[in-house]
Amino acid sequence: MDYTVIIGLEVHVQLQTNTKLFCGCSTKFNPDHPNTQTCPVCLGLPGALPVLNREAFHLGMKTGMAINCEIPSFTKWDRKQYYYPDLPKAYQISQFDLPMSQNGWLEIEIDPETRQKKKVGIIRAHLEEDAGKNSHDESGRGQDSKVDLNRCGTPLIEIVSEPDLRSAQEARTYLEELKLLLTYIDVSDCNMQEGSLRCDANVNLHVHKENGETIPTPIVEIKNLNSFRGVEQAIEYEVQRQWNEWQETGLSLKDVPKETRGWDADRGVTLEQRGKEDAADYRYFPDPDLAPVTVTNAERERVFKELCERPAERRARLEERYQLSVYDAAVIIDQGVDFADYFEAVAESSENGKQAANWITQDVLRELKEREMEIAEFPIKPDVLAAILQKVKANEITNNSARTVFQELLNNSKDVPRIEQIQQIIEEKGLGIVSDTGELDAIIQAVVDKNAKAVADFQSGKQAAVGALIGQVMRDIKGADPKMVRQLLIEKMS
Amino acid sequence: MSTMSMTASKLLAKMSSGEISSEEITSACLNEISRRDASINAFLSVQQEAALEKAREVDQKRKAGKPLGKLAGIPIALKDNICTEGVNTTCASKMLEHFVPPYDAHIVERLKAADAVLIGKTNQDEFAMGSSTENSAFKTTTNPWNNTCAAGGSSGGSAAAVAAGFAPLALGSDTGGSIRQPASFCGVVGLKPTYGRVSRYGLIAFASSLDQIGPFARDVTDAALIMETIAGKDHRDTTSLDAAVPEFTSKLEQPLENLKVGYVEHLQEEGLHEEVKEATLRALDVYKSLGAELVPIELPHAKYCVATYYIIAPSEASSNLARYDGVHYGYRAKDFENMIDMYAASRGEAFGDEVKRRIMLGTYALSSGYYDAYYLKALKVRRLIRNDFEQAFQSVDIIASPVTPTPAFTIGELVDDPLAMYLADIFTTSANLSGIPGISIPAGFSQNNLPIGLQLLAPPLEEERLLRAARMFERETEWHLKHPK
Repeated sequence: MDYTVIIGLEVHVQLQTNTKLFCGCSTKFNPDHPNTQTCPVCLGLPGALPVLNREAFHLGMKTGMAINCEIPSFTKWDRKQYYYPDLPKAYQISQFDLPMSQNGWLEIEIDPETRQKKKVGIIRAHLEEDAGKNSHDESGRGQDSKVDLNRCGTPLIEIVSEPDLRSAQEARTYLEELKLLLTYIDVSDCNMQEGSLRCDANVNLHVHKENGETIPTPIVEIKNLNSFRGVEQAIEYEVQRQWNEWQETGLSLKDVPKETRGWDADRGVTLEQRGKEDAADYRYFPDPDLAPVTVTNAERERVFKELCERPAERRARLEERYQLSVYDAAVIIDQGVDFADYFEAVAESSENGKQAANWITQDVLRELKEREMEIAEFPIKPDVLAAILQKVKANEITNNSARTVFQELLNNSKDVPRIEQIQQIIEEKGLGIVSDTGELDAIIQAVVDKNAKAVADFQSGKQAAVGALIGQVMRDIKGADPKMVRQLLIEKMS
Repeated sequence: MSTMSMTASKLLAKMSSGEISSEEITSACLNEISRRDASINAFLSVQQEAALEKAREVDQKRKAGKPLGKLAGIPIALKDNICTEGVNTTCASKMLEHFVPPYDAHIVERLKAADAVLIGKTNQDEFAMGSSTENSAFKTTTNPWNNTCAAGGSSGGSAAAVAAGFAPLALGSDTGGSIRQPASFCGVVGLKPTYGRVSRYGLIAFASSLDQIGPFARDVTDAALIMETIAGKDHRDTTSLDAAVPEFTSKLEQPLENLKVGYVEHLQEEGLHEEVKEATLRALDVYKSLGAELVPIELPHAKYCVATYYIIAPSEASSNLARYDGVHYGYRAKDFENMIDMYAASRGEAFGDEVKRRIMLGTYALSSGYYDAYYLKALKVRRLIRNDFEQAFQSVDIIASPVTPTPAFTIGELVDDPLAMYLADIFTTSANLSGIPGISIPAGFSQNNLPIGLQLLAPPLEEERLLRAARMFERETEWHLKHPK
């Protein structure tokens, strides 16, 4: 007996608008000043009415298109009704049967070795308003609970995948790809700590019995997944738990209603949840305060034009155009739009994509991490880095010397490093490649003379002995090209 | 003629000629209220000081020759479901007894900008649910013509205030007849505009797709006058209509030529009071005598109006009133064990029976498994009712009918029979379901000296036509000139 894991994800993403979905209040993350970003509309005061924020709808369309959804011509708003203190109207304005986008897909790579890809179906992506935040006294002293409505009314897009994911790893990859995509097209910052990206996972197993029969186990919705690791771990845990439970009880999907469990990251377990989810009947009905929205072809086209190249497309293009490895292209794309733009600028003006990729994925990325800096703040601009790399390509300096120049520019520039500084540094530090073989010849001769034992070792067939000698030569003459030194040494000793 | 029975237009003329000041008018209103409202109970609160202050301000502006708004110095009463910044807005409910809105409704902003004097908040059925103000948590408004009779509802306080001479103008809200029915009972003019004509921003919702704010006045001219101030697009209410607002008073005296008045021949003859029927027929004769053509029409789905209304309105109400949960504002029960219990106790203690009845009806109709059979079906019937009117208005300009099957009933008469109370909405709910404008104008009296109203309906956004047709009738009759003793 074995089983297949069936996973579908519901992802809530906060759209980065300045104001809320149905009022003019700020959407700034501001937990230290509760209830300061509110008005009669988002407080749900009697008589207040919602007005759609067109920018939020626009970002919603952009999102829908980025995940290959259809954008229907007609969409409407529905009230999802339940009682909870963080929901002041006692209903959430959401979309029920006519979402603003549907029937899309997102492609993910499910095997880095074979580069096998898979399209994960997207059932729908709809807009809705966020609720506020309750905080409860956890001291056990029975203090009053508190409600902060700053977040209430913030625009969210809920993206519901088909149950197409087959492992915890795939779920994580899907979520990572989705986050990358949404930050790329600039609709959300997807900041998981601040709750801009939240995920629920629906998980069950299809158990394959020996007689060929396949039985689905009860579906469990795991809530409160707020990190990529959390998603992966929670699903892994849940798969094992369901498998154990199946073996114990043999209960199938038909026997047990859908259950909601919460992920406890500290203990690494999912726990049965009680609360508002018990009320299964949300009594959805069309919100009479809001007119339906119609979308024209012209609007669709306009938004589609705004969509930049998506990460998957760009990854493929980088591989193709600059002859990058799959790995390098992925590293560059994963760092975000600005980073990829930086790479392309360097690659284009240095005319060597491969070299640019090596530098950028290693030297530049390491410096960014050490300095905790974004690429936009990085002092060495693409034209300067390209100029350094051109010197290497033209055989004016070695790759090692280029690093020295790079470090010098980074550490000892008063202002933003300029291209002119490169030549100055090369001259000051004597980093230029010595092509005058006369000087080099003399130094090599001196080294050979001093190291009789190494020479003897080499002559008896120990190739490795050359390495130590190269090092000595390089210490004495900075700008030498190690390849040339090696060649000259071998000639001398042979 | 005493100040207390003058129309707003007349008072405006007297103010501009210097015969009277706003302070004198306002004081006279306040005096009448303090003298007689203890028996009529039209007001839930009176803003005496603020009103006098505003009146004096207007008088000074007038003296100084500064520009004045269209309603400068005119006292106006507001139904207590219209939000007023800093002034209690209770919906006649224990739930909102101490609720003070931090903002003004759109129309309150407009009235203030027009220099109107807001004198008080009027009684109503709790959350506008009812036809008699007997569902008010605080008091029952009596009919100024006979204090054993109901003033009607839900905007009974506003209707009574205008009829009793407490204010020349008042605003109410009409969800299924809540302006027209009390106007008819109290012998004043009551207009329900086209849905979306007047912004609902700041009107505490009962049933959002049906609610509409409108005026009570002593004659048609005054209703037209205040409409010029309150009608028009408001970006805060996305259901408000982006249509030009005519100067309703300008063509009011011009009779409509070749007017075709539609009427339903056999509409609900059973249950229709003989005197109401006679008044309606007499009114049709008046139009005929003015050269109008009377055209019998069919409204085949009219018989489903009340049933449809009592699905849609409670459904929306169950959702709109869910926010009153004792968490954020409004009434919170003192004793409760946990969160759910707090919700239940707060709502259980603070809502009256009729509100609870409708919340339960609506919750049921929206529940999964019942939604299609009730709510969705009602929406479809609503569409058919709307089509009936579209069809009818192909061949007629306006439609005339009774407002209510009977003149004002006795207080307490229908309290224990909610269904009979609902069925009396037979002539009024259709205008809300189809979104068209309707007006109730004085058209007679019963033998017991109770007013009888005539309802006129017009196509969407045709308030001007409606008001001109009403004015044609008013010019020929004197019913609107009678006042209760």
